[in-house]
Amino acid sequence: MAKADLSAAWIFFFLTLPCVFHPERMLWLLFFLVTAIHAELCQPGAANAFKVRLSIRTALGNKAYAWDTSEEYLFKAMVAFSMRKVPNREATEISHVLLCNVTQRVSFWFVVTDPSKNHTLPAVEVQTAIRMNKNRINGAFFLNDQTLEFLKIPSTLAPPMDPSVPIWIIIFGVIFCIVIVAITLLILSGIRQRRRKNKEPSEVDDAEDKCENMNTIENGIPCDPLDMKGGHINDAFMTEDERLTPL
Amino acid sequence: MEKTRPLWANPLQFVFACISYAVGLGNVWRFPYLCQMYGGGSFLVPYIIMLIVEGMPLLYLELAVGQRMRQGSIGAWRTISPYLSGVGIASVVVSFFLSMYYNVINAWAFWYLFHSFQDPLPWSVCPLNGNHTGYDEECEKASSTQYFWYRKTLNISPSLQENGGVQWEPALCLLLAWLVVYLCILRGTESTGKVVYFTASLPYCVLIIYLIRGLTLHGATNGLMYMFTPKMEQLANPKAWVNAATQIFFSLGLGFGSLIAFASYNEPSNNCQKHAIIVSLINSFTSIFASIVTFSIYGFKATFNYENCLKKVTLLLTNTFDLEDGFLTASNLEQVKGYLASAYPSKYSEVFPHIKNCSLESELDTAVQGTGLAFIVYTEAIKNMEVSQLWSVLYFFMLLMLGIGSMLGNTAAILTPLTDSKIISSHLPKEAISGLVCLVNCAIGMVFTMEAGNYWFDIFNDYAATLSLLLIVLVETIAVCYVYGLRRFESDLKAMTGRAVSWYWKVMWAGVSPLLIVSLFVFYLSDYILTGTLKYQAWDASQDDRL
Repeated sequence: MAKADLSAAWIFFFLTLPCVFHPERMLWLLFFLVTAIHAELCQPGAANAFKVRLSIRTALGNKAYAWDTSEEYLFKAMVAFSMRKVPNREATEISHVLLCNVTQRVSFWFVVTDPSKNHTLPAVEVQTAIRMNKNRINGAFFLNDQTLEFLKIPSTLAPPMDPSVPIWIIIFGVIFCIVIVAITLLILSGIRQRRRKNKEPSEVDDAEDKCENMNTIENGIPCDPLDMKGGHINDAFMTEDERLTPL
Repeated sequence: MEKTRPLWANPLQFVFACISYAVGLGNVWRFPYLCQMYGGGSFLVPYIIMLIVEGMPLLYLELAVGQRMRQGSIGAWRTISPYLSGVGIASVVVSFFLSMYYNVINAWAFWYLFHSFQDPLPWSVCPLNGNHTGYDEECEKASSTQYFWYRKTLNISPSLQENGGVQWEPALCLLLAWLVVYLCILRGTESTGKVVYFTASLPYCVLIIYLIRGLTLHGATNGLMYMFTPKMEQLANPKAWVNAATQIFFSLGLGFGSLIAFASYNEPSNNCQKHAIIVSLINSFTSIFASIVTFSIYGFKATFNYENCLKKVTLLLTNTFDLEDGFLTASNLEQVKGYLASAYPSKYSEVFPHIKNCSLESELDTAVQGTGLAFIVYTEAIKNMEVSQLWSVLYFFMLLMLGIGSMLGNTAAILTPLTDSKIISSHLPKEAISGLVCLVNCAIGMVFTMEAGNYWFDIFNDYAATLSLLLIVLVETIAVCYVYGLRRFESDLKAMTGRAVSWYWKVMWAGVSPLLIVSLFVFYLSDYILTGTLKYQAWDASQDDRL
């Protein structure tokens, strides 16, 4: 609005100089013309206009700041800064950024005009500029991509951290090796135990050894030959063996 | 004369082995579902009745048979009558089927366990799409936990016919799972006896920690109150009773031959009656305990989702009508909606289809069971807790302990008859037989790591063991009571343990339990016949929902 006043003042100055023919009417006409041009440039749904939405209270809670004209100025400054990074647009000024339709939400529309202030810059340029500098803009307002939204400008999401070797393979490898080592140890110790058991009978008396292995000895006669010679073992009665007191 | 049979080092190992076998994943993911579906607190009535009438007697029977015959299932039933050796073989075959697909769950638990060491948890965020402007489409439509399960873990194909190839990541985890099982059963009772100390007790530690954490979560009481309020009218529903009986039956693991195998390593004078009662009581208590934890987690998840839904509706309305940020809250939502509908009718009617009706009840009503509960619902709740990595590691470690404990029983059921058989054990040492069994199971289990593997898993889970087990246990009971003779069995037990068998057990064995099993069998058969073509649920990647 300051811009409109400034332009109106200049026009008034130039008009009052030479023209005497209906000065007030011309003056008001041009004043309305200028404000009308500016109003047309920045309108909801206008070409090359973008809607911005801020959710300050959601982001900051109690520390939320109020949205006033100073914050709007900062926003214009950030947009102008972003546009300056685009080649051929280094001359963008804060005054080239127009805001309109500020609501309570806080949401508003903005356009960026060229130095002549008659045309708006193409949307693609503005989009690229904003996308490249979104982080800086977010930082200036203490907001993030969810709370400072430029509708129609999708933000580039940060990819999740991707380590070169997935973590799960490392842990898998560790546990796999531990298990393999444990299995090998158990098998080897089992083989060694069995070998030791097979060596022992050759050192001890056979009969006595047989006596130790079985607890089925009655009157000094091992029951083993009795079991093996013909006949059929009835498994149901095997439990009776345990009733005989072992030697 | 063969060498003396290996024994448990002390009776506690035997009890722990039975508990570790009986308390498995079914207690965690099936019982809470049944409780929710069939009337909450009132489901406990048929459950406890079935426990006393069916669970304890049949468990005592199997333990007594194993302890008396001192052999695995094949040998034990052959001893009772040579015509009944088929029962033993049937048990071994069913155990073989079960061990084939059950260890895949352990593989998945390993996978999730290894992925729990990342920050953030990989199932808490969706991956980005190609040009990094948004999230992956399939993930957006479903949720990030569902995406991680169906796409990253299973890489599921759209239907059973499209087999896809073997996925190397789950295959590696399956290999590791079988190696761990082999490590535990390598030395027979010597190694198993020590491992079961951990597999039986650690899940309880984790459950207690989770109980404390779960009860302190925001919204947990919603879940608990909703699930446990008894709906007495469900008591009249015959399905509630059938499901209670089925749950007791399968939860105790009857008919697989594992209990016979475990009991065969007992001292003859062991008091198996006391142990049977203890094991069945602990099993049921664990089910109820786990369901308290599950319902508090449900309540937390439902409250979280409900509040998220409200936030989304608030945001939508705030953005559409450019209201002041922070003006709309959950308390004034309805009023403001009414005001907006009257003040801006055209705009409101435009946005109305997008406004979801957020309801806490509908969130709580989503009853899930099986792998869906364990790997989707729980992970969704865990990702919203603080220090989620710790809770995730604890949870999947507990699942692993439960799964491996049950696997020990399953493999014991297969190995005990094999090592008892003189033909095989004379040629191969115990370690080699175990290794061979694990190798064969692992090789066949690779089917479940293919893209269509989860469908095969569902089919096996639903149909592999149900009817066969009912038949096996029925024949077992009739065999012991009528073929072997109830009186002879009773006198055997009295001679073995020194205690008389009370009339209650005799009545149950001879009359009530067989009748119950017959009625269950008839029910399932008629259910299968009436259902017609059997169906399975498939994952549709374009709609991201189950068909």
